[in-house]
Amino acid sequence: MPTLTRWFIKSAMLSLLAAFLLAVAMHSSLADRMPWLRAVWPTYLHLLVVGWLTQLIFGVAFWLFPKHPGASVRGSERLGWTSFVLLNLGLLLRLWSEPRALLGGDAAGLLVISAVAQLLAGWAFVANTWPRIRAR
Amino acid sequence: MPRLSVWFVRTALAYLAVGFLVGAVLLINRDVSLGAPVTRLLPIHIESLLMGWMVQLSFGVAFWILPRFRSGPERGREGVAWLSYGLLNLGVMASAFGPMLGLPPPVPLLGHTAQALAAGAFALHAWPRIKMFGTGR
Repeated sequence: MPTLTRWFIKSAMLSLLAAFLLAVAMHSSLADRMPWLRAVWPTYLHLLVVGWLTQLIFGVAFWLFPKHPGASVRGSERLGWTSFVLLNLGLLLRLWSEPRALLGGDAAGLLVISAVAQLLAGWAFVANTWPRIRAR
Repeated sequence: MPRLSVWFVRTALAYLAVGFLVGAVLLINRDVSLGAPVTRLLPIHIESLLMGWMVQLSFGVAFWILPRFRSGPERGREGVAWLSYGLLNLGVMASAFGPMLGLPPPVPLLGHTAQALAAGAFALHAWPRIKMFGTGR
């Protein structure tokens, strides 16, 4: 299994764990003392769908999809790592700033950076994977 | 990778690109108001990423790697799987873009119906292929 895939899958598992812990906190008495826990539903959902599911797919696809037609078997490693770093940076920024914004606070532009980072991560994955999807 | 899987997976990648773009716009709108109509993009974000990306990718990969048959067409009823591809994408387009374009309610309803039929068609195709490797026909 390539190193990048191991990072994707381990980060995916951490996201899953974080999402489940967040769900526990949202439904516990902690939410009475920490009102931001009442505003993290979208963050929880994206930790599951982007952090866990999408990231797991990215990792496994990088590993198992057909070989790249060029010299490098799995396409551009740099593009793959770019996707990994930006996706996780975007998720962490979202985790930090989205509850604040939903409670009417100022996210200080962090949500914009998070959005752009995740968008570029997705596009980097598409760009790197597209040439590997070919008929035999 | 068989031709139908190429279509499924490439279409899934296209929806991933669109879904992330719309998601980015929606997230930016939480920080910097881009105007009320932006929230109407939500069905496109959800449908593109859940059905267009994830369901479609799983269909494409399943068609590629599920056990094949030793006699007859190796992947069974390919026509039904192609039907599933067409219905799924018709369904995603109708249910994602119908509400934003202000199309009448029957359009999203037809979209979801097409998605249900797509799931049925894909199950019909894949059902006999869910078997032990090397067993059956």
